Amino acid sequence: MAGGYYSIEQVFHIKAGDFASAGEASSQIKKTLKQLGIDPGLVRRVTIAAYEAEMNLIIHSIGGELKLKVTPQSIIVMAEDKGPGIPDIDLAMQEGYSTAPEIARELGFGAGMGLPNIKRCADRLNIQSEVGEGTLLEIYFDIKAR
Amino acid sequence: MKLKEYYHSVTLRKDKCRGCTNCIKRCPTEAIRVRDGKARIIAERCIDCGECIRVCPYHAKVAVTDPLSSIERFRYRVALPAPTLYGQFKNVTDINVILAGLKKLGFDYVYEVARGADYVAAFVKRALKDPNRKRPIISSSCPAIVRLIQVRFPELIDNIVDVDSPMEIAAQLARNEFCQKYGAKPEEVGVFFITPCAAKMTSIRNPVGRKESSVEGAISMQEIYGPLYNQISKLKEEDVAQMASPFGVGWANSGGESLSLGIDSYLAVDGIQNVIRVLEEIEDEKLTDLEYFEGLACPGGCVGGPLTVENGFVAKNRIRKLSEKARGRPVPEDELREVAQKINWRLDEKILPKPVMKLDDDIVEAMKKMETIERIYESLPGLDCGSCGSPSCRTLAEDIVRGYASEMDCVFKLREKVKQLAQEMIELSEKIPGGRKETERQE
Repeated sequence: MAGGYYSIEQVFHIKAGDFASAGEASSQIKKTLKQLGIDPGLVRRVTIAAYEAEMNLIIHSIGGELKLKVTPQSIIVMAEDKGPGIPDIDLAMQEGYSTAPEIARELGFGAGMGLPNIKRCADRLNIQSEVGEGTLLEIYFDIKAR
Repeated sequence: MKLKEYYHSVTLRKDKCRGCTNCIKRCPTEAIRVRDGKARIIAERCIDCGECIRVCPYHAKVAVTDPLSSIERFRYRVALPAPTLYGQFKNVTDINVILAGLKKLGFDYVYEVARGADYVAAFVKRALKDPNRKRPIISSSCPAIVRLIQVRFPELIDNIVDVDSPMEIAAQLARNEFCQKYGAKPEEVGVFFITPCAAKMTSIRNPVGRKESSVEGAISMQEIYGPLYNQISKLKEEDVAQMASPFGVGWANSGGESLSLGIDSYLAVDGIQNVIRVLEEIEDEKLTDLEYFEGLACPGGCVGGPLTVENGFVAKNRIRKLSEKARGRPVPEDELREVAQKINWRLDEKILPKPVMKLDDDIVEAMKKMETIERIYESLPGLDCGSCGSPSCRTLAEDIVRGYASEMDCVFKLREKVKQLAQEMIELSEKIPGGRKETERQE
């Protein structure tokens, strides 16, 4: 298939606790996808998931990277951090379960909807985490041929 | 009449343009570039919001509207004053005075757009009862915002309420009423909107959501202000009856529309950059409890329109006071049912997305362009100075990739290149052709 393996990548460095920049990476992702001519409904799903992943990095991690990878068939949003890791992923996937610190809650975040929201938006989800090592979250979206 | 695909009221007066960066920086859809020392509006992108008219220090951006004399084309003439008009005059404490003044200017009949707003409010209230509609329901009344959504927020098109604007509804009711009362034929009647903005003019010539406008033309408030002021000041008797409700009159101000709906969960936002910020959040589903969104492109709402005369804040206060004295009542349900049969109140044409920000129809091509943009952008200074004629370094990079600009449009890039060339010239000048002596070179 022509161009089947073509891909582009954008990487955003996310600092822990940097609420001032919250949402900047995901809005850049949104802009990129719109420029690529991705279907508006899909842009919306990716943006919501990317925003939640970005917030997770800010609230929970010690800092990490948010990556956007686009191929003609798929969009992948990756969030990778170096810690602290999620002890119980099943629990973290439950709606309303939150370990967000007070500072995040004061700002209206940490309702325990982050990961469930990501799951709702994604076509597929892969999450690997090791306490003390870090977390890798891969969110997959299919671009359907129109 | 065949409508042109891109009609725009907002146009450039080339002789007045100095090629500065004010308008390119403020345009919400990045629709203006400076090329060859003059601004150029990209027709596909312009939403006629009038932001450039407001910021141009040289008055080079103008809104083309119909001259007052154009009403003479018609045997009968009907004026549709936007409620914003009421706020333009000092010492006017009764709306009727303004309506009567319009008749002295050559109009046979006056119908308040504020009354049209009363009907729109009633129709929208109905829509709000429908649980199957996408929330928040987005107001369709500001044509610049509807066009903004087409260009930048296509995902929100289905949220736009399918009720037409107060102007269109008022125009149809006015024509019906006039023809009934005076036995005129509909085609003999010219209906003219008295407009505070350019976007309304555009929506008459090239409507979104309906095939054809019911309005024949738009006259700028700035043009009519002087003659109308004269008439108002020497008015003896008034022979018109003001009909709009306080709510309808209140539509001139931001939030007036939402207030007329009598709901709790609404957001009324004015100023196009503010509207963009909130639409981003709606698109990202961050405002989940919201029932209704009223977005108006101009600061303060229509009272801040680029074609108004009075300071928008002063006008806003006058509207507030005048609306308290408005005589009409909100539209009762049985009257609404009757009116709904008689006029076309729905936006029955599909509103289509205008993805002008898209780099290419083919995704692989778009990706390649995106990469080139990123590469060029990295090499630019990142000052967003606008000297190249594009609003920011990123847009210049995009323009280069789209083939509308070159890297040498960047003054810093150009300086680098000149420096490099100068260096090469020095190096060249130091080279002496073989067989020549140093002294000969100097001659």
